[in-house]
Parts: sequence; structure tokens; C-alpha cells
Amino acid sequence: MLIPVLFGMTLITFSIVHLIPGNPAQVILGETATQEAINNLEENMGLNKPYFVQYGIYIQDLLQGDLGTSLRSKTDIAQEIWPYIAATLELTFFAMIFAVFVGTNAGIISAWKQNSLFDYVAMLIALVGVSMPIFWLGLMEQWVFSQELGWLPATGRENSRDPIEPITYFYVLDALLQLDFSRAITVLKHLILPSIALGTIPMAIIARMTRSSMLEVMKSDYIRTVEAKGAGQFIIVYKHALKNAVIPVLTVIGLQTGVLLGGAILTETIFGWPGIGRYVFDAISFRDYPVIQSGILVVAFFFVIINLIVDLLYTYIDPRIKY
Amino acid sequence: MTIEEKDHKDQRLAPQQQLLEDEDIEVVSPFRDAVRQLRKNRMAVAGFSVIVFFILLGIFGPLFTPYTYDGQVLTNRLLPPSAENWLGTDDVGRDLFTRVAYGARISLMVGFFAVTGALFFGTILGVISGYYGRWIDMLISRIFDILLAFPSILLAIAIVAILGPSLQNALIAIAIINIPIFGRLVRSKVISLREEEFVMAARAQGMKNGRIVMHHILPNSLAPIIVQATLGFGTAILEAAALGFLGLGAKAPKPEWGKMLADSRDFIQLAPWTLIVPGLSIMLVVLGFNLIGDGLRDALDPKMKN
Repeated sequence: MLIPVLFGMTLITFSIVHLIPGNPAQVILGETATQEAINNLEENMGLNKPYFVQYGIYIQDLLQGDLGTSLRSKTDIAQEIWPYIAATLELTFFAMIFAVFVGTNAGIISAWKQNSLFDYVAMLIALVGVSMPIFWLGLMEQWVFSQELGWLPATGRENSRDPIEPITYFYVLDALLQLDFSRAITVLKHLILPSIALGTIPMAIIARMTRSSMLEVMKSDYIRTVEAKGAGQFIIVYKHALKNAVIPVLTVIGLQTGVLLGGAILTETIFGWPGIGRYVFDAISFRDYPVIQSGILVVAFFFVIINLIVDLLYTYIDPRIKY
Repeated sequence: MTIEEKDHKDQRLAPQQQLLEDEDIEVVSPFRDAVRQLRKNRMAVAGFSVIVFFILLGIFGPLFTPYTYDGQVLTNRLLPPSAENWLGTDDVGRDLFTRVAYGARISLMVGFFAVTGALFFGTILGVISGYYGRWIDMLISRIFDILLAFPSILLAIAIVAILGPSLQNALIAIAIINIPIFGRLVRSKVISLREEEFVMAARAQGMKNGRIVMHHILPNSLAPIIVQATLGFGTAILEAAALGFLGLGAKAPKPEWGKMLADSRDFIQLAPWTLIVPGLSIMLVVLGFNLIGDGLRDALDPKMKN
């Protein structure tokens, strides 16, 4: 299943250039381009060859790890793309931690204390959170927490006057590897606002899913048995009920990771986060189609991989599921 | 017949009559039943009221203001809300209330056309795929899989990158990314209904495929489609605002809510209302559709009936 989908994805990203109305080379170079420049670009990008040959070359290049050359920076995309990917993955990771931690716990407590004040407030927040335009939430966060209160930095990944020596380009990890705790804290502070903005919708969805899943499990016979054994409420909820309630939640988490990768584009625009979304978005205004193609393909690739990992996690959590 | 006998007969009839009267009350169409269920759901009613408010705002709002959405009065820049400008003015002195009201028209229209388009093509593809099966099902399902393998906003951005940024192209992009969602839903309903006895009976009577689909299969798959369309309405508005915010949707001076946010972001400290008003509008409309969608799901789900 994975291989055909991946191939289909390459077909779509390949088509991005070829579906441009009119002559792609002309569109890329703009109205004033000379015929010679157009011919040169067609030659460079191989646009003058038949489609099948072009697609064959495209796949061959991809399999060799060649993502093409950026028209703007003239460098290999495969070489320059990693810092952007790392920035997005780091942001997505922290947003997911926020979403999962807050979402599941809010859902669990809401189900545990059903119809309490906490339940109502948490579900109201979840309801609003699902409908939240994240770009607006991000702007409001910046206004309140960095401009008015001055607690947290509004943009960027680090203090630009005191940059981190990159190793993996995951800045928190890099700072920790260098045992540079003050820089690690600076990076974490930069992560807080964008992670919350990005994580809010998944948090809300996870909270609602956890609550309904927990309510269902809490009614089952085995929970009554555990209660009859005299186990404490905390143990019942967190040890026994959660185990069975977590499977539908896991599906949602997998699906939401894709939403996060997409939403990262918006969050990165607001918080000046130098991630892959920003990279693709900037490429659009420069009509840098190779970057657009490769950027989108890389994000979609990570999305597919994450969903695969979630599928594999099922078998670990629920041994009844076999592939 | 003696009086006693007549009384006796009446008594025997009474329970039956009672039953008939009960049936009279119970015989309501599924649609009216759903409406009744929905009216009992306070959240759904709240969502419905919000949407009606924004529809009325879009239709009649502009009639209440002396301003136009693109009328710049540079001496009135970034004014706070007042009796003259109910919601204040933006950075070039345009009245925010007028712009938000026109923006409601744009957003609701984008939502409507994007969902209608996605619903139309998704239903056609889903029916073909589910009803005819075999290779055509394989082909269509794989295309759906691939389209759903992309994060939706990213795919929308890719489509706009191909077609060029404009409100119309943003609408097309949003419709396309929603096609597989409706397509899959319709397909799964069609597959489960295809083997039902009433469909087989229709086929045995010599009914043509097209008629079977239109008269038997589609009407019976309506419930989940309506729910998805309502929820999709909110998502489409959110996606259009996101594209507008990124500068890939509506162009200035069109008062699209996402675009308004992007244009005002530099003035957040100076004039927070320029951001609060359009952002809150997006959130409320999306919330409204989500509430109605959730309510409809409960109302149309037979398991939820008490």
C-alpha cells in the first residue's frame, strides 16, 4: 500500500510544473524573458523532453536522493533542505507533545469527573479550539505574551545575536549536546508560542476523542471488576481504563500529525520560523518550482511515514491487531 | 345490539384506536424527525443562530453603513470603535464593520461553492467507484488515497501555485482537496447499500442503474453526506481564510477575512480591533458550522435516539 501511494505522490508533485497553464519556463522566468533564456531553462529542467522520459528522470533522481536544484539559490535542494525540515519537525514535535499531554489529560479528567465544572470548561475550550484559525491564535499570542507582557519572544528560533552551533539542526538537541543549558532554555522559550498555536486544534480534537472514548470504557464490566477489587480511582482511570481508551485516540493523533505538518506553514509564517513550510511558501513567490515540488514531496513523505508508525504502534498497544 | 354489547365493543376497539392515534403522532418523515431532534439540541441551535446572524450580516449589513468596503479616508486611520465606526477603522481608514459584513458574503460564498463543488464531484466519483467496482474502483480509490496522503492545506497551496493566486483559484483548490473526503464517504455508503434487498428488488424489476442510484442509493446515503457537508463548510471557510492570509487567495481591496488579518498584523499593538474583529468572525462562523454539524450527526444517528 505504501509504495503505490508514494509513487502516486511523486506523480502529483511531478505534475505541479506541467499543469501550469501555458509554457512553464515562460511562467517561471516571467513575461519579459527572452526566447534564449526560456530555451536554456527548458534544457536545464529537461522540459523539452517527452513527459514519460521526464518522469523517468525525475524518479531516477529522487531514488538517488537528488531533489533538483533551486532556481533561486542555485544550490542542490537536497543539500539545503535539511535545516528547514529539522526546524519543522522540532516545532511539530513540541506542538504534538503539547497537544497530546494537555488533550489526553483534559479528556481523561473530563470523563472521570463527568458533568463537573472542569468538564464543561474543558469541553467548551475544546469546542472553540477545534474552530480556531491558528494564524489568528498565533497573532493574538504574539500580541498578549510578547508585545504586551514581554514574557516570550515573538519570532524566530533562537537569539539571532547569539546563534547556536548547529549539529543536527534540532536546536534544543544541539544546545543540550553542547551542554549549553542557557541557550537550550532560549530555544525552548522560542518554541512555546508557536507550539501552542500549532497544537491547539489537535489538542482540542484529542481532548474530545479521549473523553468520549474514556466514557465508553469506564462503563465496561472489567472496570466494575477493578472497582470491586478496591483499586483506587486514579489507578482505575490511568492504568486500566486508559489502556483500552487510547486506541481511537492514537488514530486521531496520527491523523492530526498530518494536520500539524500542513498547519506548520501558517504557524511558520506568523512566527518567522525557518521551517519547510516557510521554505515552500517563499518559493511560491519566486516561482521556484523545483523547491515547491520537493518541499511538498518531503512533507507528504513524512506524513505517510508518521501514519505508518502509528499503524505499527497499534499492534504494540493492542496485540489483537495483526498485519 | 344492546347498549351493553355496544359498550363492550367500544372497549375492545379502544386500544386499537389508541394505537392508531399513536401511529398518527409517530409517522413523521426522517427529515422532520431530524429537525425535531436538532431543535432539542441547544448547542446546535446556538450554532444555527450564529450562522443566521452572519448570513443576515452579509445580506443586510452593508445597507446599514454609509461606507463602502474600499472607501479610504486617510484622516480616519486606525480609529477605535465609536458611534460613527461601530468596529473602528483599519490602517487606511476603511470602516471595519462594512468590511467584515462584505467579508461575510465572501466567506459564506466560498464555503458554499467549495462544498457544493466537492460534493458534486465527490458524489459522482464515489458512486461510480462504489457501484461499478472492479478496476475503476481501484483507480478512483487509489487517487483518493494519494490526494489524502497530502496535508490538505499543503495540497491547496500546491494547486494555487499551479493556477496562480486569486480568490477563484483558492475556491477551486479547496473544492479539489475536499473531493476525496466526500468521494470516500459516498463510496462506502454505496458499497453497503448495493447489496441491500431493496436495491436487488429494484434491479429485478428491470430498473436501470442510473435510476437505482438516484432513487434508492443516494437518498439512503444522505445522512452522513449532510453531516460532512456541514462540517466541510466550516473547514472550507477556514482554509479560504488561511490561503487569503498567506496572500494566495483574495486580492486587495477585497475584504476577505484572512486577507484582512494579514494586512493588519503590523498594527496589532496600535489597533488590536483590526485583528480581533476579522479573526473572531472566522472563528464564530467555523464554530457555528461545527456545532450544527455535531448536532446533525446526533440527530441523524438512530443510535443516539432516546
